[in-house]
Amino acid sequence: MAKTVTDVTCPFCGSLCDDIEVQVSDDGTKVLEVFNACAIGAAKFLHTAAKDRVTRPRMRQEDGSYKEVSYDEAIEYTAHMFVNSKKPLMYGWSNTNCEAQSVGHEIAEATGGIVDNTATVCHGPSLIAIQDVGIPSCTLGEIKNRADVVLFWGCNPAHAHPRHLSKYSIFPRGFFTGKGHKGRKMIVVDPRNTDTMKLADVPLQLEQGRDYELLSAFRVAIRGEELPEKVAGIPREKIYEAVEVMKNGRFGVIFFGMGVTQSLGKNHNIDNAIMVTKDMNEYTKFAIIAMRGHYNVTGSGQVMGWQWGFPFATDLSRGFARYNPGETTSNDLLRRREVDAIMVFASDPGSHFPISSVREIAKIPSVAVVPDINPTTEISKLHVPVAVNAIETGGCCYRMDNVPIDARKVVEPPEGMLTDLEFLTRVRDRIAELKAQAPAGVRASAEAVGA
Amino acid sequence: MAEYLIRNGFVFDPVSGVNGDRKDIAVKDGKIVESVSPSAKVFDAAGKTVMAGAVEIHAHIAGPKVNEGRNYRPEDKLFNAASGVGGMRTTGGFSIPTTFKTGYNYAKMGYTTAIEAAMPPLYARHVHEEIRDTPIIDEGALPVFGNNWFVLEYLKNRELENTAAYISWLLRASKGYGVKVVNPGGTEAWGWGLNCLTVNDPVPYFDITPAQIVRGLIEANEYLGLPHSMHIHANNLGNPGNYTTTLDTFRLAEGFKANNRFGREQTMHHTHVQFHSYGGDTWGNFESKSDEIIDYVNTHPNLTIDTGNVTLDETTTMTADGPFEHHLTELNHLKWANVDVELETAAGIVPYVYSPDIKVCAIQWAIGLELGLLAKDPMRCFITTDHPNAGPFTRYPRIIKWLMSKEAREERLNTFKHAEKVIGATLLHGIDREITFYELAQMTRAGPAKALGLKDVYGGLAPGMEADIAVYDINPESPFTPDQLEEAFSAAALVIKTGLPVVENGVVINNGNKRTLWVDAKVNENPQVMRDVEEKFLKYYSVTLNNYEVQGHHYIPNPYAIQVDATQ
Repeated sequence: MAKTVTDVTCPFCGSLCDDIEVQVSDDGTKVLEVFNACAIGAAKFLHTAAKDRVTRPRMRQEDGSYKEVSYDEAIEYTAHMFVNSKKPLMYGWSNTNCEAQSVGHEIAEATGGIVDNTATVCHGPSLIAIQDVGIPSCTLGEIKNRADVVLFWGCNPAHAHPRHLSKYSIFPRGFFTGKGHKGRKMIVVDPRNTDTMKLADVPLQLEQGRDYELLSAFRVAIRGEELPEKVAGIPREKIYEAVEVMKNGRFGVIFFGMGVTQSLGKNHNIDNAIMVTKDMNEYTKFAIIAMRGHYNVTGSGQVMGWQWGFPFATDLSRGFARYNPGETTSNDLLRRREVDAIMVFASDPGSHFPISSVREIAKIPSVAVVPDINPTTEISKLHVPVAVNAIETGGCCYRMDNVPIDARKVVEPPEGMLTDLEFLTRVRDRIAELKAQAPAGVRASAEAVGA
Repeated sequence: MAEYLIRNGFVFDPVSGVNGDRKDIAVKDGKIVESVSPSAKVFDAAGKTVMAGAVEIHAHIAGPKVNEGRNYRPEDKLFNAASGVGGMRTTGGFSIPTTFKTGYNYAKMGYTTAIEAAMPPLYARHVHEEIRDTPIIDEGALPVFGNNWFVLEYLKNRELENTAAYISWLLRASKGYGVKVVNPGGTEAWGWGLNCLTVNDPVPYFDITPAQIVRGLIEANEYLGLPHSMHIHANNLGNPGNYTTTLDTFRLAEGFKANNRFGREQTMHHTHVQFHSYGGDTWGNFESKSDEIIDYVNTHPNLTIDTGNVTLDETTTMTADGPFEHHLTELNHLKWANVDVELETAAGIVPYVYSPDIKVCAIQWAIGLELGLLAKDPMRCFITTDHPNAGPFTRYPRIIKWLMSKEAREERLNTFKHAEKVIGATLLHGIDREITFYELAQMTRAGPAKALGLKDVYGGLAPGMEADIAVYDINPESPFTPDQLEEAFSAAALVIKTGLPVVENGVVINNGNKRTLWVDAKVNENPQVMRDVEEKFLKYYSVTLNNYEVQGHHYIPNPYAIQVDATQ
């Protein structure tokens, strides 16, 4: 009889569903079946049982092939890489727990590192916009219980956050929303006719890159002022109609994704979307929520916030925390060739960074700490496979609305595999030993001559 | 464990009634003791002031809204970031310092215990992660109850036992310390963009009034016999003329008797009363009503208050009073953050500049000081800034200066841009009282500790109490300037926390061994409440019931649970 683990959190997207049930083998080593999860989440659970998993660190050889090394050797290489580096970049952090993030920060303080998370190529512009104009928001349960107007802008949850619509935003029946989706009006703004848009009461297929104009038009319409015949390819009647729907709602919400954060205008789009939300609060209740991508990218921003005061791109190379997006962000550092070592942690820049940045990663000393082989591991000097967080180890994770949930351990990792927290803790301790051995003056003078 | 002897200082300890006598204080195994062996390490405190470690009763220092404040205000870190030296962590931030800086700054001023004033239960894990990362000081957090759907429904039906059982359950689930109420009913109304501005405004849908919520929660608090009383931020905060709402709220505590084994006497703690003592009906005729407020407090021993002193800084306001923050952003047009939390509460954040050139800000400054100076019983009136709302807690030494020196506050008062108007709208100019060292120890140590139900643990130097001790480089028997006073209280000569020296000569030297305080209140099994809890999680919460309770070493590595037995 296989046993079932309930109330499991899903380590895929920022929805951080925590109602997954997982059937595991009697000896607690294998995931057999996954219930309640979406197709992507289920695949992630089931993949832990894949036969081709790498279970030991691999060091890249001169000829480009990889040789298996022990965790001890991997820890030694990583600790030396940090100690010998003048400005190491520590990128990723969105697919791990807050405890590992916290230990990473200790290493950054000890070695003058720069910690940046995946928001740097995702919702970083949203975080900058929030610094400009604030953010009126709420938890996902508020949407479920109160919202009767839901607007999706530049995001496609039907594919990217597959259970969002059914669990939180459109279909669920909540306390004041007993009619479920029948009582909700859905507005979708996107240049593509996505599967999310096909569900919309008011679909607005705008011209690509015109989000700022359309958001401005919304603000004009909210004030009841005159619009030109068309804005961003949308006839003004449609804009007035959408705004009428918003104003007639008791509780409205805007969800927005990378379609607005990473297209023309970037943080300015989000500024404007937040101001639409603020304006709407003159008429009714309105909130706005970023559709965060990875399941714990939000947590990385939180831990950085309480430890250093900034949500991403924090530079410790001067000994104290500095933040200046455009200067201390990963791609800018890599493309300016400003960092001399990189640890990629719980992420895959090889898939998502521009080629100019990826080339630089391939040139400098590099460690990739991720469970599986991905494009980043194949250009890194060292790949350290680790247990899969929230499946093979637990820990704190933050949902897209900043609600923290303690992830459960479901199965044991393959024998002898470390968790990323264990690996990082040992690296931290080894760095402390190495630093204690080297007299402080030696390192300083070596740096002074550029050694 | 090591022994210490703090020799020959001027000791101020209301708990043992010592008022400035030269005394030795002995420490062994983390506690104050009568005497120690000759091998004890000796600190010479001759010519210095010795007090117990101070107790912060109300500050927003850990949790989701504090962190949103940090993350959305990079400007708050300009020019104040510093690297960690000697095993200490990197620090930064002014009005919303990082967790490490929070712990270090409290310790530097001789504060050794603090209460986080508003914990949204759904975000309790976040609060505890930050508490874990705040070094040195012992810390507890107050979960908010005043807009919680369970509470609203039970109290509407006058179900006292169920309310108490739910409180007990939620304190355990969130690892909370006591019952906090913020804008009762008004924050739930904010779910629809509305508010409750008097104690009789009905809460939309729930059909209950703030008055019923407050009285019900006081009753449930005393039914359980919790160490702390119901702790309230009343309706109508920050508005001209709101002192009548405050008096109405005070009156709700009449007729209740404190019931607990912790020596607590009050049944209501009203926080940051400065924000609730306003007369006038516009910003034009805005004036102090601190006399009316404090008259009531002085004659009603069932009440304790803290001041909420305005420090005249640029700061970051944050409160579970969601509608107030929206009101504030409409006033000052600075960036507004808000989070409504399902079934429980809400919170808002807006930066604010308390400018000495603005009449209203200067009047607010005066009101806070008036409350401290007009209070007849310093054991019932505590100094706070409602950090960071009226100013950062790091300004306590400056508030102490103003309270202890008429000269210092007159200098400030007379150099306001609108000094004449401010003097006309306030009472401060006519108050000669100067708070004494002994009264200061009551207002910052013995008083708050007693109000929290911790009078045998913190806030005093009697043998058997925790060895939390602060030594300040100021001689109460020699002349000193007001600025020397501020300087001495800014950086203690020595701070010992639970028997461990953590600050020497104003420098933090140890990360301490902090504990997380929470209250474990046992009640009889209550199947109805458990059924209601299960139903609400199944239908309305966005997390499962089994993923709600805060548990585990990674959240609370060093718990200090206070046991309460309400099963009889």
